[in-house]
Amino acid sequence: MMRALKSFGAFWYDFVIGDDWQVAALVVLALAVTALLTHVAGVNAWWLLPLAAFAALAWSLRRATRP
Amino acid sequence: MTAALPLVLTVFVACTVEAIEALTIVLAAGLTRQWRSTFQGMAAALVVLAVIVGVLGPTITLLPLTALRLVVGALLLIFGLQWLRKAILRAAGYKALHDEASAYLREVAAAKAAPEVAKRGVSDWYAFTLAFKGVLLEGLEVVFIVITFGDNQRDLGAAVVGAAIAVVVVAVTGIVVRAPLAKVPENAMKFAVGIMLTSFGTFWGAEGVAVRWPGNDAALLVLVPVVAAVSLGYGAWMRRTHRISAAASPKTVTSKAEGVTG
Repeated sequence: MMRALKSFGAFWYDFVIGDDWQVAALVVLALAVTALLTHVAGVNAWWLLPLAAFAALAWSLRRATRP
Repeated sequence: MTAALPLVLTVFVACTVEAIEALTIVLAAGLTRQWRSTFQGMAAALVVLAVIVGVLGPTITLLPLTALRLVVGALLLIFGLQWLRKAILRAAGYKALHDEASAYLREVAAAKAAPEVAKRGVSDWYAFTLAFKGVLLEGLEVVFIVITFGDNQRDLGAAVVGAAIAVVVVAVTGIVVRAPLAKVPENAMKFAVGIMLTSFGTFWGAEGVAVRWPGNDAALLVLVPVVAAVSLGYGAWMRRTHRISAAASPKTVTSKAEGVTG
């Protein structure tokens, strides 16, 4: 039972998060900061998420290929 | 119909990639073992997928659009960045290109070695499970793309049409060719899909936290080419670092990135 649950969890982790969990974490963080800027500070931060996505991808690529 | 065309095309390309991978597994099971159990495995997987679409599709539609866009946008963005990451690493040479011919040969070797066991009314359990798992796993990605894109655009029908055309085209080609579709530029297609998933994920995710895009929906017409340009730039950067690393130490350059799965 535990093994089945573990492999079920592992499948969904691999399916949603993939090879680099830090990319997923950065996306969630960027969305949270965008929400704060929009709702609390009243800044329409449309530029933040694309910049965060490009930064996350560059960082992930850099770490994957670092000798 | 014209308004739904980008949606249909995006889903079509994404689903074609997944269908090609499923076809490779089905062909390995069918041609090496036996077709009857392979078709039973495929049919069982398709029933499970249909149930998932039938339950999840309408349920997700009930969510408020803002919440839907936030959750789906975040998931699509994470998904898209992973696809782009893999495609860029493969294009740069850090990771081996996904080769359907060699994937097929691996599946055939494993299928030939496995014993033929009858179980639960299926004459070849190995062929059944191989086809079932292959179609279900690749199909889940198709379902995810169809539901997220379809529900967000409030046009599930158009997304289903895109996916259905992809599956039919790949299936018919597979029946005619009776071999894995190794000549399809799979990495380029994955790269294109990664760009679309990342762009739509960014757009919907930001809308989900109440961001107003300059130009509203027209912002996508800028976002997609910008994501494409940045990704191409990263590809060039990775190719350059790969060449430099290869020149410096030829044996170690792929070792780290090869560990990346998929």
